[in-house]
Amino acid sequence: MHELSIAVQIAEIITEEAAKAEALTVTKVILEIGSLSGIEADAIELAVPEAFRNTICENAAVEYQYIKARAVCESCCNEFDPIDHYKICPFCNSLYTSFLKGKELNIKSFDIVKP
Amino acid sequence: MCGTCGCGDDDHITYHKPNEENQEHSHLHHHGPVAHTHFHRHNDHQLSLHQHQGHSHDHSHDHEHTHDHPHDHTHDHTHLTTTQTVQIQRNILSKNELEAARNRGYFDALKVVALNLVSSPGSGKTSILERTITEKGRELNCFVIEGDQQTMNDAQRIEKAGAPVIQINTGNGCHLDAIMIGKALRQLNMSTNSTLFIENVGNLVCPALFDLGESKRVVIISVTEGEDKPAKYPNMFETSHLCLINKVDLLPYLDFDMEKFLNIAKTVNPMLQFIPISAKTGEGFDQWYAWISQQGVE
Repeated sequence: MHELSIAVQIAEIITEEAAKAEALTVTKVILEIGSLSGIEADAIELAVPEAFRNTICENAAVEYQYIKARAVCESCCNEFDPIDHYKICPFCNSLYTSFLKGKELNIKSFDIVKP
Repeated sequence: MCGTCGCGDDDHITYHKPNEENQEHSHLHHHGPVAHTHFHRHNDHQLSLHQHQGHSHDHSHDHEHTHDHPHDHTHDHTHLTTTQTVQIQRNILSKNELEAARNRGYFDALKVVALNLVSSPGSGKTSILERTITEKGRELNCFVIEGDQQTMNDAQRIEKAGAPVIQINTGNGCHLDAIMIGKALRQLNMSTNSTLFIENVGNLVCPALFDLGESKRVVIISVTEGEDKPAKYPNMFETSHLCLINKVDLLPYLDFDMEKFLNIAKTVNPMLQFIPISAKTGEGFDQWYAWISQQGVE
């Protein structure tokens, strides 16, 4: 259940940044979560509202943008969609490949109301 | 700026090695209590004491009046608030990563090889450390940070083996993070050219996400576990540098297929190195010590 500690981090970061922006309230939060980030969709969607309770984000709508993994082969330079963490190149069978997308664990943006 | 009080006296901060001359300097700070007065107003809290002895009060209040509003109210007014989107694009683990970078700087400055040991519970992390400390404690100058949800058991085992140790009990937490390591380091008083073993909470899931500032990550699997562990927990094997395969003394009694395990693990992480060991018999430990020594050379 590391999703709960991740959710608490999200609430802390937004609370700090919202205070800097002199926000009255936060109305929307957009999160980017890659399929290889180690975060389960069900678990984070359960944890975030709990972590937001009694914070400036309490009434914010949360949009979860899930990002599919994408990898590139370092041997033949082709891009492909890896199946989970298995990133054998489907073109040349090389194991030396790297992920281009899928590790994201970001707060993309949030909407605030200001006085 | 002075890091203690924020007084802005940059000029007084100098850096010297202990044997250099002119190392004396003064830097006067007044952190003592400065005379100040607190004014408290108690108007809001004053207790009014009423005593009513031997007599009674009769209070009646009549409120008969009507309010007529023979005019219309309009509710046209402007709200003076604005909405704004803050494009933050911030990694959620950024706080952990900042602390990890601080820890890494501390390790670099002290020439410490810091190893983050991760595995499922019961793979033999503590037994491996006990043997390592007993056999090479002096040579490697070992220090240990132990992470468990509860108990001092592991720390007591390590202390008995002869290394300075800090136990972190995470309570409900399922992993160690860089902030916890930073706090533990402040108590550990590490010396230069030493080796720090961080025994993470037994868990192959969450610890993979949290960089502690370690030099290298070592994943431990025992041959009593399935060969497909790397496939089941790819994040952990993908982010590790070395895999210790423990309890190999039990191989004759088990169906563990070493070749199959190595193939699956290499599929997840082709750069992963492997050392088969037995904390019970000591098999493979020379290779393990050689690997640790190499980390300090880099």
